Amino acid sequence: MKKIRCALIGSGNIGTDLIYKVQRSPVLEPVWMVGIDPQSEGLRRAAEMGLKTTAEGIDGLLPHVVADDIQIAFDATSAYVHAENSRKLNELGVMVIDLTPAAIGPLCVPPVNLREHADKVEMNVNMISCAGQATIPIVHAVSRVQSVEYAEIIASLSSKSVGAGTRANLDEFTYTTSSALERVGGARKGKALAIINPAEPPMIMRNTVYCLTDDAPDQAKIVESVLAMIGEVQKYVPGYKLVNGPVFDEVPQGHRVAVYLEVAGLGDYLPTYAGNLDIMTAAAARTAEMFAEEILAGKIRLNAVEAA
Amino acid sequence: MTASNLKGRKVVLHDMCLRDGMHAKREQISIAQMVAIAQALDEAGVPYLQVTHGAGMGGNSLQHGFAPHSNEEYISAVAEVVTRARISVLLLPGLGTMRELKSAFDCGARSVHVATHCTEADTAPQHIAYARELGMDTTGFLMMAHLNDPQGIAEQGKLMESYGAHTVYVTDSAGYMLPADVTARVSALRAVLKPETEIGFHGHHNLGMGIANSIAAIEAGASRIDASVAGLGAGAGNTPLEVFAAVCDRMGIDTGVDLFKLMDMAEDIVVPMMDHMVRIDRDSLTLGFAGVYSTFLLHAKRAAERFGVPARDVLVELGRKKMIGGQEDMIIDTAMTMAKARGIYKDVA
Repeated sequence: MKKIRCALIGSGNIGTDLIYKVQRSPVLEPVWMVGIDPQSEGLRRAAEMGLKTTAEGIDGLLPHVVADDIQIAFDATSAYVHAENSRKLNELGVMVIDLTPAAIGPLCVPPVNLREHADKVEMNVNMISCAGQATIPIVHAVSRVQSVEYAEIIASLSSKSVGAGTRANLDEFTYTTSSALERVGGARKGKALAIINPAEPPMIMRNTVYCLTDDAPDQAKIVESVLAMIGEVQKYVPGYKLVNGPVFDEVPQGHRVAVYLEVAGLGDYLPTYAGNLDIMTAAAARTAEMFAEEILAGKIRLNAVEAA
Repeated sequence: MTASNLKGRKVVLHDMCLRDGMHAKREQISIAQMVAIAQALDEAGVPYLQVTHGAGMGGNSLQHGFAPHSNEEYISAVAEVVTRARISVLLLPGLGTMRELKSAFDCGARSVHVATHCTEADTAPQHIAYARELGMDTTGFLMMAHLNDPQGIAEQGKLMESYGAHTVYVTDSAGYMLPADVTARVSALRAVLKPETEIGFHGHHNLGMGIANSIAAIEAGASRIDASVAGLGAGAGNTPLEVFAAVCDRMGIDTGVDLFKLMDMAEDIVVPMMDHMVRIDRDSLTLGFAGVYSTFLLHAKRAAERFGVPARDVLVELGRKKMIGGQEDMIIDTAMTMAKARGIYKDVA
């Protein structure tokens, strides 16, 4: 069966983990890995796994895009260079999945709004943040039952799984995730908290989701909706698990729904405790698959975006 | 220890009633109470007082509780009445942001504790640099310091200094440390930090060591001490400021505060506003003994009530799981998991 050929930009942890997930897909094929450091472990591993590699950055890939029929690219570099990468790839008709905090395209959480983005043939979608991928589905599961005044999420990440980029930019993480709880989750106001825990052995990613509903919660409907949503996420992150809840409490602020989750990764390139990184790569791969299925079925066509 | 070797040493006291004390009041301190305490501290000559939600900037949340007023309202009200004291705030990256710091600065805050867990200093460079840009007195605050060894604390402190911190604190958030632990960590910091970088100590009184630990810190080179009048703070409270001031006086350490005024305000203002006696009881002692974040105390008591598992059991389990400050959601989660295992609670799902 024909597969859609992909390029992975960025040879760090995220990019390297993506090789495994893309390779496993029945509709995707990883063809190129792009880095900037010829010594990087990611490029070495990509070459071993049969990918073409370049250490010349995005410009090392562009001359090969047409000949190698690259249609989808994953960008796991940084917010600073993403816009430029995306522009160059879009001009060649390559659809770009953004795993940086740049967020120049619409925000994507697969079980919530991927279908919409595929229908519109968006040429750039952003994967928000690990905490966003882990919690927004649950906020949406509550807000599709009844209106949510406020959603607050707490993401606990193991110290070893949080890279230098996130550490140096925690404010951006907070702003991006908070805003996505509103724009994609459907809460009128969102707030995101991140905790980095250094315990050894490393703790598996945990997420707590609190929602305040406007009216008294329809408990049975919310439980059903949350469980159904967890099932949806488990399709691409099997280690996404409900630990406790939903618990319903009346608090001074109103009607509180609490859901306590754990996210274990697949352990492809990243260890299983790093569910936060795994859910990003898995959600990105899921997004690419949906576009690939539509392209293969002839339902959508990617078109080059003309330079502005 | 002899009194003479500290004679004449200058120490800057930093009161925590209106920040750490917020935890002991479940974040419910009124503007009038804040103003009364701030005025009394100012009159007693306490040079710094911290004013914010217990969890600092961005603290108003379901996770940490909502105070009746915003940080801006509290800071502005206090700024209006103090004449000498400088107002400080707390900022934990991951919870508070630079926008909120700017807003606190605009209301009159001039000093900040930028707090990270004792191994995660590299989550603070943006915030420390920004505080310096605003011209604030800037502290790097290494929380749960018992969870990192002296060498590790020295490395983390060096990072805080490199980002621009004027002062690096050893923060005994769990009230777990003994004087020798404090001595080792402060000495290790003193050995690596620039001479002009100050060292501070923030204690909790869960094992009754607040004062002894603060003295040990000064002996090893600290020049700033956090404390709170009548000990109003999380767990068994902070180092009681008026008691510490009296000890300093006896030892010839120069704090510049008026001891009798502090004693009076403890008795007349702070103790009467306590919801519970802030003291070493079974649960706060457990915090100190098990090395658990002091703020977890009242959360654990509430979870115990809700799910029927004793608070002490929950706290010991949290210590075993190495939960750190900010993971208050894991208290309820842990209580529920324990209650399910004991067959006294069932999931709805």
